[in-house]
Amino acid sequence: MAIVYALILVLGLVLFAWVGIQGLGMTYLFGVVFPYTAMVIFFLGVLARLLKWSRIPNPFSIPTTGGQQRSLHWIKPAGMDNPFTRGQSLLRLLSEVFLFRSLFRNLSLRLADQKPQLTFSSAKWLWLFAIFFHYALFVTLFRHLRFFTNPVPWPVNMAETLDGWLEVGIPQILVSGLILLLAVTLLLARRLLIPKLRYISLLNDYFPLFLLIGIAGTGALMRYVLGIDANSAKQLAMGLISFKPVVPEGTGPLFFVHLFLVCILLAYFPFSKLMHAGGIFFSPTRTMPNNSRAVYHQNPWNYPVNFHTYRSYENEFHDKMVEAGIPLDETAPPLNGKD
Amino acid sequence: MSNHLPEPEELARIHLDMSASGWMDTPAVLREGMYCHGVQGKNIEAVGMPNPRDWRVEDDDWQLPEDWHHIVMEGLKERLHRFRSLQIFMDICVRCGACADKCHFFIGSGDPKNMPVLRAELLRSVYRYDFTRAGRIMGKMVGARKLTKAVIREWWYYFFQCSECRRCSLFCPYGIDTAEITILGRELLNLLGLNIDWIGAAVAKCHHVGNHIGMEPQTFKESILFLCDDIQEITGIKIDPSFNRKGAEILFVTSSGDFYADPGIFTCMGYLMLFHQLGLDYTWSTYAAEGGNFGLFTSHEVAKLLNAKMYAEAERLGVKFILGGECGHMWRVIHQYMGTLNGPAGFLETPVSPITGTRFDHAASTKAVHICEFTSDLVHENKINLDPSRNDHLRVTFHDSCNVARGMGLLEEPRYLINKACNHFYEMPEETIRERTFCCGSGAGLHAGEDMELRMRGGYPRANAVRNVRELHDVNTLACICAIDRAAFPALMDYWVPDVRVTGVHELLGNALIMDGECERTVDLRGEELPTGPAKQSAEDVSLRNAVDIPEGA
Repeated sequence: MAIVYALILVLGLVLFAWVGIQGLGMTYLFGVVFPYTAMVIFFLGVLARLLKWSRIPNPFSIPTTGGQQRSLHWIKPAGMDNPFTRGQSLLRLLSEVFLFRSLFRNLSLRLADQKPQLTFSSAKWLWLFAIFFHYALFVTLFRHLRFFTNPVPWPVNMAETLDGWLEVGIPQILVSGLILLLAVTLLLARRLLIPKLRYISLLNDYFPLFLLIGIAGTGALMRYVLGIDANSAKQLAMGLISFKPVVPEGTGPLFFVHLFLVCILLAYFPFSKLMHAGGIFFSPTRTMPNNSRAVYHQNPWNYPVNFHTYRSYENEFHDKMVEAGIPLDETAPPLNGKD
Repeated sequence: MSNHLPEPEELARIHLDMSASGWMDTPAVLREGMYCHGVQGKNIEAVGMPNPRDWRVEDDDWQLPEDWHHIVMEGLKERLHRFRSLQIFMDICVRCGACADKCHFFIGSGDPKNMPVLRAELLRSVYRYDFTRAGRIMGKMVGARKLTKAVIREWWYYFFQCSECRRCSLFCPYGIDTAEITILGRELLNLLGLNIDWIGAAVAKCHHVGNHIGMEPQTFKESILFLCDDIQEITGIKIDPSFNRKGAEILFVTSSGDFYADPGIFTCMGYLMLFHQLGLDYTWSTYAAEGGNFGLFTSHEVAKLLNAKMYAEAERLGVKFILGGECGHMWRVIHQYMGTLNGPAGFLETPVSPITGTRFDHAASTKAVHICEFTSDLVHENKINLDPSRNDHLRVTFHDSCNVARGMGLLEEPRYLINKACNHFYEMPEETIRERTFCCGSGAGLHAGEDMELRMRGGYPRANAVRNVRELHDVNTLACICAIDRAAFPALMDYWVPDVRVTGVHELLGNALIMDGECERTVDLRGEELPTGPAKQSAEDVSLRNAVDIPEGA
């Protein structure tokens, strides 16, 4: 059911934008008010979330170790998977952020049909889809900088040139956008086809996927099928970024739908699971070095507890200890009058 | 033991299919054999925890305190402010499913709520409802639900079906650690007096008497001396260890599994023999006798309460550092928690091996060294002589204990020792060892008798891997460095892979250790006859194995 609601929700948003522009002509609302609002929500929301997380302490040093510890000098430690220094932890974190290191470990389980037997094999599909998706998204976003800069910096131009390496189609096909659409579709297909995943998936999981399909889809439609006056789009973008908003003629309703979905994504981001992008930097099992025996780690809210002291222990077992010839604490007072 | 333990063939028929209804609409059915007894009131009272009472899991009414809802909500709020892990893990899961089939309890039971992601959702759903606006408004659609008494039952059932092994955390792209979820989930349950008795009783005894099994000082001493008698019978050497001795250089602490039950006691004999051979200036303590810490399975506070004795005793006795025996969660606590909980231990010194002079700088703050680190150093510096042929009747594989594998990274040291003490060592499939090791199925305080089906199910992936090397290499010995493993594995092996014995690494070492003035050994530490005849064949085995290890062109 969640998937249906998510689809309806995104289609509703598309319709809302379409009617708003085509029917009611509210270009200023969709071209200026919503983008600004979404940006404000995004930046303040993300900032608030990061601040909230950063204020909560890590009371204990709890890295998950994925390899040999540093101990004796002749045993080779697994620096990145079991970091000892801050530098190594940073390396580990970067390997998670840029290479999805942990996901690369993924295994799939197989139950034998005939006899009770389990086997495991490498399963890199999720890793592959995720890498495709995130990098394609990054390149696509980076390319969009050309709408917000004048003159367009050379790296952005180069990205676009490289992105068009296929050198087919007019306008030239940009690979990142297609991979983005494909990867999001595959991630969605995974959720639908694997029973375990379907079982755990929520509206919160389907909604951003449909939203991204909507954004990438309208983007591709504009570029390859219906066409768009890119200059008008750039005019609007430059107006927004320079705080002198203008709503040029001729961008067409599809552009506003695209923009509106992006606004929704931005506004939704800080309150959703999409914050995993920031959260990974705060995840103690991945960010902390495994040096808790070498370096003292303080818990800011540590409080004393009334543990059972040796003195009261000796008080209770005094006679039995004497009888068993276990030495007593000299500083303890004589007990039971037997000493 | 549970009366309803199915046959292995039946248990192995696992269905990983999901139910038709969503998980929130599928009420938890508490199945006998899959849970432990509820904690007795006296065991809660013993450590001053709230809401003590006797209650039965089977009862419809668990006699929750009147304001149970408020207690849990306040408890959750407090923990969200205290543990970044909890807040982050509540917020960032994307439900990618990478963790789903990594959990041994899910693999062995097929129960969807044993998928780590769902175990966390059990708590996350309540968090969403009470701490996020979207959850409050949209409810079930966004995975939010109200906290009800049924939810409390569900939490109890599933948070005590997790052994905090952290395997899921290794595979999670964000490192979401179900052990944290379970530890904090159990803390919340403990606010309502809902522990299990297997943990609660051990905690109470450890707090009061000094070890999980409630062994009083004189009995503790007797047990150790009893092991010394056995050693004398086998080796002809009389060992006279000291107890609560002030001025000793080292305080040795191990978990109670090592001094009261077969097969842990054979490992303990290994320690005693090694220390005697070295002439080590060390002492046992009857007061801080317990290395294990069932407090970790209860709450951080109780973990601190029990752990505090270790430093207190080290300070009282005036030792230089602490040496710790083979135990899994004991080392999770020492390695990742002890310094923070009860340190810094300024009264101790950076550990230096009195035999080799090696400084253990990696333990400079906590001042506690793992016995496998200590002994590996000895062997590497040629300070002890080993005759591995005495273990030639054993074909050994090694189980990495979850806590030292994923909460520390002690992977090579025990392997180094096994290779030096044995001629026949075979690794299980690589997906099931080292950091990817599977839990014994009984960790985190679940190795009771009444939950035997749970244990056999949870231990199935591990047993399956043992069976693999049994079939391939005729392995007959499962070595480990964890007292819960040694307590739990014999039953697991009997059930899934009969005729595989369970041993500690220092038992193997004790067998192989050549002691000054010993008589000719005819039996191993278990009193079983040693292999006779020339050790020629095994020597060839070793050279062959070494030859294979040498890289080409070297």
